[in-house]
Amino acid sequence: MQRIYLYTRFERLWHWSQALLIIGLGITGFNIHGSWQIMTFEQAHWWHIRLGWALVALTVFAIFWHFTTGAWKQYIPTTERLNAIAHYYLVGIFRNEKHPFKKNEVSKLNPLQRLTYLGFKILIAPVMIVTGLLMIYAHLWPQWGLQWSFGTMALIHTAGAFLLVAFLIVHVYMTTTGHTVFSHIKAMLVGYEDLPDDEVAIAD
Amino acid sequence: MHHARFPTWLWLSAGCLFLLIALGLFAPTPVLAEANAPPPEPTDTSTADHSQFPSLQGPFEDPLQVTEACLACHNEAADQVMHTIHWTWEYQDAVSGTTLGKKHDINNFCVSITSNWARCTSCHVGYGWKDHNFDFTDPTRVDCLVCHDTTGTYKKFPAGAGFPVSEPKEFPPGSGKIWEPPDLANIAQHVGPSSRATCGACHFYGGGGNGVKHGDMDSSLVAPPREVDVHMSPDGANLTCADCHAAGGHQIAGSRYAAHPTDPHGKDLPVSDGNPATCQSCHGNAPMKDAKLNAHVDKVACQTCHIPAFARGGIPTKMWWDWSKAGDKARGVETDENGWEVYNYLKGEFIDAVNVTPTYAWFDGYLGFTVEGQKVTPAEDGLIYINQPHGSPDDPNARIYPFKAFRGRQAYDPVNQLLIVPHLFPFNPDDTSAYWKGFDWETAFTVGMETANLPYSGQYEWVDTAMYWPITHMVAPAEQALSCSACHSQQSRLAGITGVYIPGRDRNRALDSVGWGMVALAILGVLVHGGLRFATALKKS
Repeated sequence: MQRIYLYTRFERLWHWSQALLIIGLGITGFNIHGSWQIMTFEQAHWWHIRLGWALVALTVFAIFWHFTTGAWKQYIPTTERLNAIAHYYLVGIFRNEKHPFKKNEVSKLNPLQRLTYLGFKILIAPVMIVTGLLMIYAHLWPQWGLQWSFGTMALIHTAGAFLLVAFLIVHVYMTTTGHTVFSHIKAMLVGYEDLPDDEVAIAD
Repeated sequence: MHHARFPTWLWLSAGCLFLLIALGLFAPTPVLAEANAPPPEPTDTSTADHSQFPSLQGPFEDPLQVTEACLACHNEAADQVMHTIHWTWEYQDAVSGTTLGKKHDINNFCVSITSNWARCTSCHVGYGWKDHNFDFTDPTRVDCLVCHDTTGTYKKFPAGAGFPVSEPKEFPPGSGKIWEPPDLANIAQHVGPSSRATCGACHFYGGGGNGVKHGDMDSSLVAPPREVDVHMSPDGANLTCADCHAAGGHQIAGSRYAAHPTDPHGKDLPVSDGNPATCQSCHGNAPMKDAKLNAHVDKVACQTCHIPAFARGGIPTKMWWDWSKAGDKARGVETDENGWEVYNYLKGEFIDAVNVTPTYAWFDGYLGFTVEGQKVTPAEDGLIYINQPHGSPDDPNARIYPFKAFRGRQAYDPVNQLLIVPHLFPFNPDDTSAYWKGFDWETAFTVGMETANLPYSGQYEWVDTAMYWPITHMVAPAEQALSCSACHSQQSRLAGITGVYIPGRDRNRALDSVGWGMVALAILGVLVHGGLRFATALKKS
């Protein structure tokens, strides 16, 4: 067994803040959408706007952090061994095979994670943030010379929300596929993960 | 490689701190509460004590003599009044090119003033309009007192063509209610500004009774509790009608014939833009403390949220009037458990209601009215629309606006395609052609249409008609304005409003189905995958 330091302080702070914000945005957002009435529309809207702005602030910090630390390199997409990883989750995992990806401090994310998280970062998150901000200022669109439809904007925002819910379910489930059921979650909490020697890549 | 282990509690605290800071940064900036001091006690600022004027000492033989005395000093007043809709009962409608106004309109209450003058013109700001021959140019026929009485003792007789009685008289006949002649000299010596009571003497009783017509105006507004009308309540702003509706020189701002759901000038007092009767004239175009609420003003009229219901003063308004049921003397007059009149053999059947949720429609301020002699046919839904809110969601001048949607059943000549003018009120005590004397519709319609110089085929049928009354009074205190979910929910009040996406009310069914389907698949996939992992792990151990 080896203890490797996978997630830095900021990374963990960012991850969990973002998780809480997105869950809060989901609860309030679907309340606004009329899917449930956990709270009044007023309360849901009040929180949704503020959680949204908090997410914008966090995202600004996160972008800054990604570039200053070079963490963005973790998300460079690759298809190398992608098939092997897909095969592992579809077949190998049931045969007690070893995970084909070995991680270390330098390369933390497997190709499937890279693709998924990159998709979140450059597609879903920007679309949600941009459509959300635009809807806050929908009454100013005519002044800006925009003839957009609020309904279409809401449609895109809602579609993104559904994708995020599905992502969240699968994402949380995938955390249980580590060396032990809670080893991945523990790593994201404390930064360190205890891995069998053969799952650690040899550092360059 | 060695990293100092960073305690979990520390970065969790840091996370909470970050969230708090982020939330604090974007919380709304507190706005200084507007000074909520009670209005100063009104002081009498008049420079004249009318009780001292020799010309007002009387005695006056008739009210026309009072008017002459008024005009001796206020020599422009009659001319001013005679140019207002209060006098002409006419409105030049630029949109349709027709002349509207009470003189010409058809409604689904008492239908038409033509041939029924003496009853209807008891609310004319004049004396003696009892037939076609009324002299609209005679300044001594202007009734000054009906608006300027401060004693509360001046009453125009309900069937007196605008005159008060000169000797005690009973009305309604057989009711035992005696109308006393007013003390004209005393009233003339105590004239003053108009009040909620003087305006209300007519405007609260439109349609022949308290609260009957408008829905947002009845006698509860003489001294309303704050929750009934925050503007007119003595415990609120204590405004009179004229505080909003006067444009000076007896001109009256604000009218259904040309309503203003929008006001591009916004807050424009004390120097008015000519129409101080809009909400915006005092409150501006962004009066709320919350930016998102203010963002609604491009689509939603102030009244829509701030008048949660009409007829809130305990006095019912009529929602339905069926003339076809009139004439059953055996039924006489029937009241319901509230004591509200639901049948009157003179008038037919009614539905009365209090605390009514308005009907909402896009409204650009134009209603369009039907006048006598205007050909009309039932719409697809079978209703004849006497007036109807105009406006579309694409029109920047239209707003979602509250209305009292009133329905009636009245007589229609299908051959001439005309709503029939019924002769209801007798010309004189011997006139049995009037319905309220002879109870014969054929005769009443024949005489009514003849008096209106309109053709009548002799055939009539009962048709259902619709009228829309803009709701703009009975503004509730801010804390009783509608909550968001009144519109932003599956049970939205604005269910009938098209052309706008309302979160909480609207959704794309297909997207929701696909979205929740995807979520269900994700859960299913996770359960199956996890179950298989669990099963294979068991097998191996």
